[in-house]
Amino acid sequence: MKILVPVKRVVDYNVKIRVKADQTGVDLNNVKMSMNPFDEIAVEEALRMKEAGSADEVVAVSIGVQQCQETIRTALAMGADRGILVKTDAELEPLHVAKILKAVIDEENPELVILGKQAIDDDCNQTGQMLAALLGRPQGTFASKLELVDGKLNVTREVDAGLQTITIDMPAIVTTDLRLNEPRYASLPNIMKAKKKPIIENTPEDMGIDIAPRLSVLKVEEPPKREAGIKVETVGDLVDKLRNEAGVI
Amino acid sequence: MPGEAMQPNETQRQIRDAARAFARRVIAPNAAAWDRDEAAPRTVLREMAAAGLMGVMVSPEYGGAGADFVAYALALEEISAADGGLSNMMAANNSPVAAAIQQHGTPEQKSDYLTRLTSGEWFGCIHLTEPHTGSDAAAIRTRARRVEGGWRLDGHKAFITGGATAELAMIVAVTDPAAGKKGISTFVTPTANPGYKVIARERKLGHRTNDTVQVVFEDMFVPDGDLLGDVGRGLAIALANLSAGRIGVAAQAVGGARAALEAAHAYAGERETFGRPIIEHQAVAFKLAAMATEIEAARQLYLHAAGLRDAGEEAATEASMAKLFASEMAERVASEAIQIHGGAGYLNDFPVEKIYRDVRVYQIYEGTSEVQKIMIARNLDAIVAGN
Ligand SMILES: Cc1cc2nc3c(=O)[nH]c(=O)nc-3n(C[C@H](O)[C@H](O)[C@H](O)COP(=O)(O)OP(=O)(O)OC[C@H]3O[C@@H](n4cnc5c(N)ncnc54)[C@H](O)[C@@H]3O)c2cc1C
Repeated sequence: MKILVPVKRVVDYNVKIRVKADQTGVDLNNVKMSMNPFDEIAVEEALRMKEAGSADEVVAVSIGVQQCQETIRTALAMGADRGILVKTDAELEPLHVAKILKAVIDEENPELVILGKQAIDDDCNQTGQMLAALLGRPQGTFASKLELVDGKLNVTREVDAGLQTITIDMPAIVTTDLRLNEPRYASLPNIMKAKKKPIIENTPEDMGIDIAPRLSVLKVEEPPKREAGIKVETVGDLVDKLRNEAGVI
Repeated sequence: MPGEAMQPNETQRQIRDAARAFARRVIAPNAAAWDRDEAAPRTVLREMAAAGLMGVMVSPEYGGAGADFVAYALALEEISAADGGLSNMMAANNSPVAAAIQQHGTPEQKSDYLTRLTSGEWFGCIHLTEPHTGSDAAAIRTRARRVEGGWRLDGHKAFITGGATAELAMIVAVTDPAAGKKGISTFVTPTANPGYKVIARERKLGHRTNDTVQVVFEDMFVPDGDLLGDVGRGLAIALANLSAGRIGVAAQAVGGARAALEAAHAYAGERETFGRPIIEHQAVAFKLAAMATEIEAARQLYLHAAGLRDAGEEAATEASMAKLFASEMAERVASEAIQIHGGAGYLNDFPVEKIYRDVRVYQIYEGTSEVQKIMIARNLDAIVAGN
């Protein structure tokens, strides 16, 4: 079985982000970039399936600027076998990414695609679902456990009410939740070995995919500053504040 | 490298990031507790080895990563940012011990000792300093006498980092007292030898997560196969890696200082006085700005020296400058970090008092600040003439 894992280059989760003064987006100057944490979980899961003998190849794909190659190298250093970079400087929307991934999948024919449930930059949570729809393949989203049984996939999903387990046919699309696994860090020798693993490059234009914008961002703002909490004296005070200040009851 | 920006390349950054991820997950959450216990579990060194941190520059043939010196120094900075004591264990094992075996070892020493050092099965320590001499390395007295099939060692070593933990010891000893500096040789030999006796474990200001010990060799038999390099070349072998060691200490110092800055920056954003976070008092923000600038200056110095070594140069003066500046900078920055914390900075509950204790030693080992100045002063003609 071949597993395809899309990996996105995002602002590192440790960075305190700043909104640009003109409110067109987030300041990316001199900011540390890393692999989206949910995608690290996806890579880890694919590698575990390979180590367990249920997969024989793990392919990492990234879409975006040239530096996305570094994100692919990180996946290769963790243990993925090879990489595909679809290079573009354009701003990408989930639908563009899903269409590009579909084209990659038509070419590569992986039986399983594992994506992060969302990227920590725009938090869209759409790509996996759109991809499943475009391909007409079953999807198991927000996975906290995966089990391959008799050629079908049992997916335990984190839903609001608790955990839901579904069985889906292969080939399938899975998106990862935080508790699926704890991803490994690349060891230094594996980082060095990854330098020799192949990465092929492509562009959306070569693949014949239209990436004209369909959404426009009107304004990006800092979230409102959180006010300091207070201590109330009595239950009566609490009820009063909840009703008259917070307006929640 | 001169003329090029001193910025790490992609592989070097990946190695730094991997070391940072490891340090954040495995070391940082436990460093305060290990400092209080005055010991880190032996398993941590094995985990460090599994991550590839114990043989960063060793060739893959012997289980190393085969990375360059810049990558090694960056990784060391990351481990030091999480814990100074463990960074020094990493430094001892990588360079001098593994580096010297890689450079001068016999095929047997490499396939046996070097492979065990990179895998983490063994840890290696360096025995140079003695109770009566440190800065003046040529004045050591530990004696190795020729006997049938090998050598017998007698002597007393002091300040040995990891000397009780280690399974392998790199020992510098006098083989021919009449020959002066050319009468010193180096051995690499297992510490399981009954003649290897740890006689004291020091209690110290910082670096409490590792063991610093005194060791005596009592009529310790070391077979011929454990001589490292040629007889009489011991000091040259031990000191050949001195520039490397100094760059390593500079990286350790930058790591400690950076951790102090991170803690002070976070605290300054949270602590409020006179109605605002203290970072909004310009005096505090300016302190943080100066700290960040000093750290960056020190990092550029060590990256420059490390880059020169990767380009095949000795970089002795650059290494001394990096070590001198970075180690003294680290004490200043850690002290300012405590100041920014106010009274809290003096308590065990915050990380900066430990950092302050941990960074002090960078001005002492691998050549004191005074020794670095001697080295730099010797080269003043060339430095002033602009090389
Ligand atoms: C935590 C720790 C770990 C260590 N780990 C190791 C280890 O693993 N292996 C090992 O072999 N050693 C180790 N050392 C020893 C260390 O390298 C020595 O302490 C260091 O080289 C200084 O030597 P010394 O202590 O004998 O000081 P001395 O040489 O006695 O120096 C005392 C003072 O005199 C100054 N001084 C000396 N000579 C001159 C001069 N010519 N001109 C001006 N000033 C001078 C020094 O700068 C210093 O201020 C460690 C030390 C410490 C504290």
